[in-house]
Amino acid sequence: MAESTLRSGTAEIPTPGLWSRLVHDRNWLGFWFMMPAAAILILFLTYPLGLGIWLSMTDASIGNPGKFIGLLNFYDKECYGPGDCELYGLFGDTVFWQSVWQTIFYTTFASVVKFAVGLYLALLLNNHMPFKAILRALILLPFIVPTVLSAIAFWWIYDAQFSIISWGLTKLGLIDVYIDFLGDPWNARWSLIFANIWRGVPFVAITLLAGLQTVPASLYEAATLDGANRWQMFRHVTFPVLTPIIAVVMTFSVLFTFTDFQLIWAITRGGPANATHLMATLSYQRAILGGNMGEGAAISTAMIPFLLAAIMVSWFGLQRRKWQQGETDD
Amino acid sequence: MADVEICDVRKSFGATEVLHGVDITIPDKSFTVLVGPSGCGKSTLLRMIAGLEKVTSGDIVIEGQVVNDVPPKQRDIAMVFQNYALYPHMKVFDNMAFSLKLAKVDPTVIEEAVHRAAGILNLEDYLERYPRQLSGGQRQRVAMGRAIVRDPRVFLFDEPLSNLDAKLRVQMRTEIRELHQRLQTTTIYVTHDQIEAMTMADQIVVMHDGIIEQIGAPLELYDNPANVFVAGFIGSPAMNFLTGAVERGGQARVAMGNGTFLPLGEQTAAGDGQPVVYGVRPEHLELVSENDGFPADVVVVEPMGSETQVLARLEGREITAAFRERHDFHPGQKIHLRPDLAKVHLFSQESGQRL
Repeated sequence: MAESTLRSGTAEIPTPGLWSRLVHDRNWLGFWFMMPAAAILILFLTYPLGLGIWLSMTDASIGNPGKFIGLLNFYDKECYGPGDCELYGLFGDTVFWQSVWQTIFYTTFASVVKFAVGLYLALLLNNHMPFKAILRALILLPFIVPTVLSAIAFWWIYDAQFSIISWGLTKLGLIDVYIDFLGDPWNARWSLIFANIWRGVPFVAITLLAGLQTVPASLYEAATLDGANRWQMFRHVTFPVLTPIIAVVMTFSVLFTFTDFQLIWAITRGGPANATHLMATLSYQRAILGGNMGEGAAISTAMIPFLLAAIMVSWFGLQRRKWQQGETDD
Repeated sequence: MADVEICDVRKSFGATEVLHGVDITIPDKSFTVLVGPSGCGKSTLLRMIAGLEKVTSGDIVIEGQVVNDVPPKQRDIAMVFQNYALYPHMKVFDNMAFSLKLAKVDPTVIEEAVHRAAGILNLEDYLERYPRQLSGGQRQRVAMGRAIVRDPRVFLFDEPLSNLDAKLRVQMRTEIRELHQRLQTTTIYVTHDQIEAMTMADQIVVMHDGIIEQIGAPLELYDNPANVFVAGFIGSPAMNFLTGAVERGGQARVAMGNGTFLPLGEQTAAGDGQPVVYGVRPEHLELVSENDGFPADVVVVEPMGSETQVLARLEGREITAAFRERHDFHPGQKIHLRPDLAKVHLFSQESGQRL
């Protein structure tokens, strides 16, 4: 092999032309292979995102391309006299601020419960038990059903007149009056959070289960011999070994929950009296239904810092775990 | 420290019985090696001693106490796993201290115990590292350190060296042996490598298909194998086996059926005409002149430096010989070999047992 290379080296090797280098060079080849994927990402992700951010800085509305107005959609202050100033734009918009707090509350509460229930189910399913395969399939069910379909089912479950929950509780004699699930602000919020948890738990449970199955059995055997009881094994072995997967799963879960639209829109449309508006639904309402594209885009753009923060938290969380990497120095 | 007694222990997984009644006495302070090919049940037996597997029937006795139903952590044993089973998220110190921390031992005592163990194993410089940052040999030492720290009654090793490269394996072999001489803790060591068994054990237990083939000191097994299995398993290169029938004339010999005769010593237990397996170790074959011994054709010569191994063909059968001297044979060359009659083993063809 080496010999033949040497021999041909003495002969004249033609210097490859520019075209041949572009086609055969490994680095260029990689570039060519990357192109289709990059084109799709640019067309369907970067361009709409850029357009959204651009729109948020215009006064565009339906039928009006709009002109650049800087950050006025976000912040505008007009003073009518000394000490008599009024905030406009999103900063002065109480409905917007309400939707921000609702989104944060919705995301935090639902994510925490999804994590707790998902982890519990994963631990349960990781044990040897009868009908394990069927149980695992059953757990995935809420994840498989299209969101809008499950939302409509929940809509019926929460209906003021036909709610099966109210019906059941009355039959049991526990309540006299049907519960107004979607008409009362807090009832509506809890109802939506419950629906979101129901839908989100399978993703967390199955992913954590996959993570649990990568923990070598010998670690538990070693812990058994070291004298650990079941709780200590969870606390000192399972949980720490699982943290990288937890970080990834919870990042995704938080992102999905924060940007939730379908469930809210199908069940309450943000009502009653904006009590269940999340940033995503409010943005849609302002931009598409209200026609104020610039304002709607501004609300969407306002979600970016929150999402970036969530990604950063998990990114740095992942970086810290040095025991996963094979570094030799401290 | 304690003696361990295995009394008629059986183990079944569902309908399959993998251990068919095993009896072993492991004396206090001894180093006992369970050796056998994969699937012989040696690891299962070790895990039963550790308490990781239930005993189907029979008794496991540690220091006079039947421990069948004693949970692992109360058996006061420590185990080193094949893949080390180090906690990846804990530093070496915490890995070693884990059992003591769980037992709520005073932190200063833990500190002292870990440093003492680290000192014995040359791990002082690595206590603040994660397992990932260590080499295979160092991880192996941490796994042993974790066992030493607890000062248990019995050490169990489950093929601890099989993940290491050949050179490190030899080195760790010596280290483990040295450690045992120093700590004198009763040790039960599982391996499939007969060289490990020979070099480390006080007592070897040869297992095969869920039964014990032979128990004894290393050289005892080497010199007096109880059956064909042990004879073939212990020793490297392996013993040569040739089949034939005994002829008791003026000089007892074994006829191979193709006209080759293998010489036998004076005191031979086999009767005339009995079909036997004639076993001779490669190092007990001597190179002789043309009209002595039996002829064989050289196939491959393997010069090892310290000895020369020759694979030869004897009437269609392969036979290995090992010589201390250097020889320059060429393939196809006819050589004459003579077995050392005092070291020839005869086994019954029927039962495989020594005659």
